[in-house]
Amino acid sequence: MLLEVTDLHVFYGRIEAIKGISFGVGEGEITTLIGANGAGKTTTMRTISGVRTVTQGSVIFDGQDITKMAPHDRVKLGICQAPEGRGIFPGMTVRENLDMGTYVRGGDSAQKAADLAHVFHLFPRLEERISQLGGTLSGGEQQMLAIGRALMSRPRLLLLDEPSMGLAPMLIAQIFEIIKQINSEGISVLLVEQNATQALRVAHRGYVLETGYVVKDGSGHDLLEDPAVRAAYLGG
Amino acid sequence: MPDWLIIRTFWDLTVTGLALGSIYALVALGYTLVYGVLRLINFAHSEIFMVGTFGSLLASSQFLNIPLLEDGNYPYRAGMTLIFFLVVILIIAMVFSGISAVLLERVAYRPLRGNGDSIGAVALAFLTAFIVSLIFIDDTQVNVIISLVLTAPIAYSYLRIFKRGRKAPRLAFLISAIGASTAIAEAVGVWGTHGRDQYQTARILEKKTVFNLFGTDVRIDYVIVIVGALLMMTALTLFVNKTRLGRGVRAVAQDAETSRILGVNVDMIIIVTFALGGVMAGGAAMLFTLVYDQTRFNIGFILGVKSFTAAVLGGIGNLKGALLGGLVLGLVENYGSAIFGGQWKDVIAFTVLLVVLMFRPTGLLGESLGKARV
Ligand SMILES: Nc1ncnc2c1ncn2[C@@H]1O[C@H](COP(=O)(O)OP(=O)(O)OP(=O)(O)O)[C@@H](O)[C@H]1O
Ligand SMILES: [Mg+2]
Repeated sequence: MLLEVTDLHVFYGRIEAIKGISFGVGEGEITTLIGANGAGKTTTMRTISGVRTVTQGSVIFDGQDITKMAPHDRVKLGICQAPEGRGIFPGMTVRENLDMGTYVRGGDSAQKAADLAHVFHLFPRLEERISQLGGTLSGGEQQMLAIGRALMSRPRLLLLDEPSMGLAPMLIAQIFEIIKQINSEGISVLLVEQNATQALRVAHRGYVLETGYVVKDGSGHDLLEDPAVRAAYLGG
Repeated sequence: MPDWLIIRTFWDLTVTGLALGSIYALVALGYTLVYGVLRLINFAHSEIFMVGTFGSLLASSQFLNIPLLEDGNYPYRAGMTLIFFLVVILIIAMVFSGISAVLLERVAYRPLRGNGDSIGAVALAFLTAFIVSLIFIDDTQVNVIISLVLTAPIAYSYLRIFKRGRKAPRLAFLISAIGASTAIAEAVGVWGTHGRDQYQTARILEKKTVFNLFGTDVRIDYVIVIVGALLMMTALTLFVNKTRLGRGVRAVAQDAETSRILGVNVDMIIIVTFALGGVMAGGAAMLFTLVYDQTRFNIGFILGVKSFTAAVLGGIGNLKGALLGGLVLGLVENYGSAIFGGQWKDVIAFTVLLVVLMFRPTGLLGESLGKARV
């Protein structure tokens, strides 16, 4: 396992949002967390990035305990996220937003140029808009930018929180294709989705989250076939 | 009044207004930067400016050993010596202000941000004990001993109160800011060699006229102030837009949480932000002493309020707004006091603020460091 989360508890003030969940992301795999609104998916993702405090439990990345590690050190280890709502810096250009992905690395412009070329290869649209302000991009373009920016950090584990949110069906299909492509290049992916059918189709493993608990897990295929999951998340 | 005199006065007022406005603008940058990054009005920033004026004072009187008067005349310097001295004084003033701004953040704000800062808690505990003991006992040595003894238990309770993950309410930051501001000013007022009196700074620059603008003699010190301020602001803009740390500052201002997710060390960026604001205030302080040749423990108060006004006027959180707000305020104040009389100067400044806020609550340029492409 590349990432192992064990008995994780996370609080907002007195309210417990994550009530002891355990799951893992296999090396080179796509793992998905699905669940209804408020189940705790975003909280889990932010905890893995280190911007929420863990009350109990542990997060192990590549054999190293990162439960209390500062967020920037996690990025250095290779964990990067395209957060829910995309988190585009509105007053920065596309180029500057992408540069923020390399913030922890600094230096080495040759490598940066190569990474940039790679991101533009995945998302040609971004190259066309390189000097446009992030805040003026369309929702789809912003999502591409968020994923591209995370890729600029050369992650080993890419966290994607609802990348399909608010996108047209055509674009959703495209985003899922790109997720598969990124994964085929050896990057492990943890994917949070409302769009459970599509997510389970691309995922090797899936976990179903309900109000702070993992209520079910299995291979993407098994969960797709599971009657209870179908009823609750796949529209019957 | 003959026409030429009005014109002449007009240009004279313009030059002095721009010079004063440049100083407002430099100090306003500090308010705007910190606001942009932390959404916090750093009311103690005025004292950072004051510390800078004392930095200039110490630089010339102690480090450079320049007397106030030489053989009964001003200790004028010229040529390279003058430039060298001015640069040294500038750098020392910047260092004084920069360091005190960073310390201020560490002691007055960081413990409240709820990231379990133990060093900050200890420093704050010491200061609390020290200030309280000052109220009761009038002997510095005894005070220090008492506060050293009390530091441990107070720091312990501070650590309990400011524990990790518990952010203090907004009001606490404001109170802390006002407290820190008073504490810094009073410390200088109480322990300074002249106490609460005025200090003269050495006048090494002979204030000659350098050129004539539409019949008005323009003095060298005003030119240095305006040009110096513009240079410093350009340097700041370049830093914020072109360097990695500068980009971090903009990122945190626009979206702190996403910045953290991408690996920006927000605590570090906050330190950088305070340091930048401090350095600008230090520069402003040096330019201020260049024109006015004096300082005092409470010199920051009115100037701070005016600079804050300038920041709000231009659109707080917006770097260009600070420049515009500062210059507009300096000019309006000057023209206004020529029309209504000098005693109305402050009234005019705040009336302008009120009027602008009534019609444009986000200031002239609106937008924050967040949205604007600074
Ligand atoms: N900053 C916060 N303060 C207090 N409670 C919060 C905060 N963020 C989330 N919560 C609560 O924690 C629970 C989990 O929220 P979370 O955002 O993790 O859900 P989610 O599964 O991502 O939902 P969605 O699918 O709507 O994005 C919710 O009950 C939510 O109200
Ligand atoms: Mg969510």
